[in-house]
Amino acid sequence: MTSIVKPPVRHPSLRTNALGLTLRDYEGVMSTLCAGCGHDSVTAALVQAAWELELEPHRAAKMSGIGCSSKTTAYFMKQSHGFNSVHGRMPSVTTGAAAANRGLTYIGISGDGDSLSIGLGQMCHAIRRNVDMLYVIENNGVYGLTKGQFSASADVGSTSKRGEANEQAPIDPVLLALSIGATFVARSFSGDKKQLVPILKAGLSHKGLALVDVISPCVTFNDHDGSTKSYKYTRDHEVEAVEADYVPVHLEITLPERAAPSDGGGELHVVPMHDGSAVRLRATAAGYDPTDRASAYAHVRACQARGEVATGLLFIDPASRDMHDQLRTTAAPLVDLPFESLCPGAAALDALMKRHR
Amino acid sequence: MKPTDVDDPRYYHKVVDCQWACPAHTNVPAYIRLIAQGRYTESYLLNRQSNVFPGVLGRTCDRPCEPACRRGRVDEKPVAICRLKRVASDLRDDIRPFLPTAPEEKNGKRVALVGAGPASLTVANDLLPLGYSVTIFEKNTEPGGLMRINIPSFRLPASVLDEECGYIIDMGAEMRYGTPVTSLKALLDEGFDAVFVGSGAPKGKELDIPGRHDDPAHVHIGIEWLANVHFRHVEKIEPRVVIIGVGNTAMDCCRTAKRLGATDVKVVARRGRKHFKASPWELEDAVEEQVEIVENRSPRRMIVEGGRLTGMEFDVLEWSEDASGRQSSRVVRTEIVPCDAVILAIGQENNFPWIERDIGVEFDAHGMPVVDRVTHRSTHPRVFFGGDAAWGPQNIIWAVAHGHQAAISIDLACQGRPVTDRPPEGMTLVSVKNGLHSWAYDNDFDPSARQVMRHEELTRRFQALNVEVELGFSPEQVATEVSRCLNCDIQTHFTPKRCIECDACIDVCPTNCLTITTNHSPEAELRQRLSAPAVNLSQEIYLSEPLPQTTRVMVKDEDVCLHCGLCAERCPTAAWDMRLFDLLKPVAGAACGQPELVNA
Ligand SMILES: Cc1cc2nc3c(=O)[nH]c(=O)nc-3n(C[C@H](O)[C@H](O)[C@H](O)COP(=O)(O)OP(=O)(O)OC[C@H]3O[C@@H](n4cnc5c(N)ncnc54)[C@H](O)[C@@H]3O)c2cc1C
Ligand SMILES: Cc1ncc(C[n+]2csc(CCOP(=O)(O)OP(=O)(O)O)c2C)c(N)n1
Ligand code: SF4
Ligand code: SF4
Ligand code: SF4
Ligand SMILES: [Mg+2]
Repeated sequence: MTSIVKPPVRHPSLRTNALGLTLRDYEGVMSTLCAGCGHDSVTAALVQAAWELELEPHRAAKMSGIGCSSKTTAYFMKQSHGFNSVHGRMPSVTTGAAAANRGLTYIGISGDGDSLSIGLGQMCHAIRRNVDMLYVIENNGVYGLTKGQFSASADVGSTSKRGEANEQAPIDPVLLALSIGATFVARSFSGDKKQLVPILKAGLSHKGLALVDVISPCVTFNDHDGSTKSYKYTRDHEVEAVEADYVPVHLEITLPERAAPSDGGGELHVVPMHDGSAVRLRATAAGYDPTDRASAYAHVRACQARGEVATGLLFIDPASRDMHDQLRTTAAPLVDLPFESLCPGAAALDALMKRHR
Repeated sequence: MKPTDVDDPRYYHKVVDCQWACPAHTNVPAYIRLIAQGRYTESYLLNRQSNVFPGVLGRTCDRPCEPACRRGRVDEKPVAICRLKRVASDLRDDIRPFLPTAPEEKNGKRVALVGAGPASLTVANDLLPLGYSVTIFEKNTEPGGLMRINIPSFRLPASVLDEECGYIIDMGAEMRYGTPVTSLKALLDEGFDAVFVGSGAPKGKELDIPGRHDDPAHVHIGIEWLANVHFRHVEKIEPRVVIIGVGNTAMDCCRTAKRLGATDVKVVARRGRKHFKASPWELEDAVEEQVEIVENRSPRRMIVEGGRLTGMEFDVLEWSEDASGRQSSRVVRTEIVPCDAVILAIGQENNFPWIERDIGVEFDAHGMPVVDRVTHRSTHPRVFFGGDAAWGPQNIIWAVAHGHQAAISIDLACQGRPVTDRPPEGMTLVSVKNGLHSWAYDNDFDPSARQVMRHEELTRRFQALNVEVELGFSPEQVATEVSRCLNCDIQTHFTPKRCIECDACIDVCPTNCLTITTNHSPEAELRQRLSAPAVNLSQEIYLSEPLPQTTRVMVKDEDVCLHCGLCAERCPTAAWDMRLFDLLKPVAGAACGQPELVNA
């Protein structure tokens, strides 16, 4: 934990966005995580993404469960709404919040423990419902907050700090999400903001649940030589399977900035987003189509078999329909409905019940 | 770009903007911390090591450190470095027990100093403790040079000057007051091993316009007039006074005139405000005393009627700038300003009628001695120059800086060593980490504004010439002002092999100083692709050796680093550390400055 208060001084050339806010206006309170924790870099990437997207802080809600990762909602966008729920319950609390008020941007932050152990069922159902939210898993392979026990994402053979190897098969949130109908699936690395920031921006613009699994090393309990979630291991094994560029609404979508990979990588996909922006995707391997679920699944699997960590915006469903579309709910947030229509009274309830008898 | 060599003391020295800008390289942040801790005597002594006259300079210094101060780039105004120096001086205990002393046994070398201004006194200060016999020849009857006879006592009380000149003289300098040197040849013939010329630039510049000499009793040369005021040869002046020129001398003349009975004082400048030579604070003080500053007027003639000066005629100028930035002026009309006296304050010149031109001291086409910029030696092996005498009028702190360098040369020369054999600068660099989250300095940023100096009431000010205008800071002001200092000498020191590239330092830095990037482009381009573009080219960027995991490099733009220590605090591997930098400055006689790294 840091004893120094972050000075309010900012760089003289710090720019403001269309809302007149600087990057630093999107910060939260000082992090209490261990120095060097990957989660703090994810926080910094979120600050950057929100500033670039010109997100209105008071129109966002930060949702989390329990864990070091779940604590990070305090460290960005201090002006935003937030709900720090019980362990593993972030998805259902967010589902409820999103059902009640579809006008806010939901930013869910979870950990591999929070989402893949106690909250696994919760996460799966939020994915199935396609709740309109950004769902970030800060994945470090351990329960950081409770001092480094293996989590469900720990790879077979990865060792604890004391040297014991994990023997249970891991749950890969990316493969799991792809298999249960997720409409936006990405993986990134806290140490690679160049990749992470555009993915977060795309995820925030996606209509539906955008799952972003971020390898985010636990510097204290899982950054040693035997770990497969360390800074070094991730750097050595990361393979960017899909390059993504986020194109904001006001920029014309033109030719790709990056040249096609020389080894004949996949073709360029321009995916229009619900809000008028777009994402440009190019897979690095021939035959991989990031808008095709089966192709994405196969590729991530193949990478896994080779011991590679596939990163990038791996899959996106351009035709995503979120929970509100599926349930045909009212367009207005419930707070904006007049009391009479929200609570139409006993007579209306009776009439409704009658229809189901 | 090549990795930065931080073992070279110059790199970290430059980060301490104030110390770098100070001609005598006063260790500003360290003395400010000592004040913060109430250790005024130590603070005074630390000052004195570099600038010799903390009490004088705490009131009168030209303060090149302040425009350089980092706080001015981060906040609106720099730390009041100069006035904090005065705090150390005002609140110190008796420092005499801690002063160097001259050894009983002399080293057999005799050095003559011409003039007892700050330059010569500094030479004496450095040479006396080494055993030199020092004789100072001064044409006046008191020491101090222009500090004594030109800087008015309402800015610099005589007692302050007496005390600080005394510390040096009492080490055993032989003072020959009332003794103008009239022949350098004769002096050299007396067998001195070295002669230091610290005679200043004693001649005020003339203005040759019609009428100049028609009423000499009412047209004065600024520095002569101020000296006459000091010697009480002049005790009053007529009501309406025009001062020509707008430099430091003009500012002292106008304010002195106000104290000698003038009621209507105008300072007339040829150009617009942004070209004024006077410091902004001097102008403010003059305006506070109801002096009128008139811009864009060029003197045309002095109007003398019946032998009595009645006014001056000026050309009113309009300035314009061409594409290349060259200024030119056009006369729009003329204007008569009625007045009873004129003071010319348009500059000073050197004057060496007492130096024979055939004894080996060469002079250039402008009548200035040929002096080596580093060693201060003239073309005569035993003759050295410093202060205003060397390259024309500057200020006290430069005179002191020259004195230190000349003393090194004189010592080398007297010991039979080449004067170019100068001791190198060195440094110590010591971690200030006390433990987890504990640092041996106060790194909390204080957002307070610069404290405003309290001034004596206007009515009281004019009662006597020596009523000091500035009252010094109150204890509360001191407490606030010291905490504005950013501790730039507490350096961010990087150990590349420890870095795991977690980005923590980059994310936490409040002012976007840090970047991890590839080192593939020239500096100019690299500067553009940092976390925030490094546009201030006067500030260095640090570039590390390649980092272990990716071979990228850590880059730091020094420009607006707050020295808050957050990078070091958030670094999991202590790759960043905060280290106290202390510049080891060469001084005469000491084998100091051996490059030495503590705790590296
Ligand atoms: C009006 C005025 C105000 C100033 N205000 C400031 C200020 O606020 N802050 C600042 O930093 N600087 C100020 N300066 C400049 C500063 O005073 C000088 O730069 C500084 O004093 C130069 O020091 P020095 O030792 O070279 O020479 P000086 O201070 O000029 O001393 C030279 C000494 O040599 C003596 N001398 C000269 N010739 C001979 C000789 N032949 N034989 C024997 N003795 C001789 C003179 O009597 C004098 O005492 C001011 C200058 C003026 C004119
Ligand atoms: C109901 C419940 N069970 C168990 C715990 C103990 N607990 C706190 S955090 C945590 C795991 C956190 O792991 P993860 O979500 O990966 O977060 P990290 O700290 O690794 O970022 C556990 C098991 C709890 N707080 N509540
Ligand atoms: S902030 Fe302090 S140390 Fe830094 S330049 Fe200013 S006075 Fe010097
Ligand atoms: S000390 Fe470190 S964190 Fe603080 S401003 Fe300087 S580089 Fe940034
Ligand atoms: S915090 Fe330390 S380890 Fe992390 S990137 Fe910065 S210097 Fe390297
Ligand atoms: Mg975890």
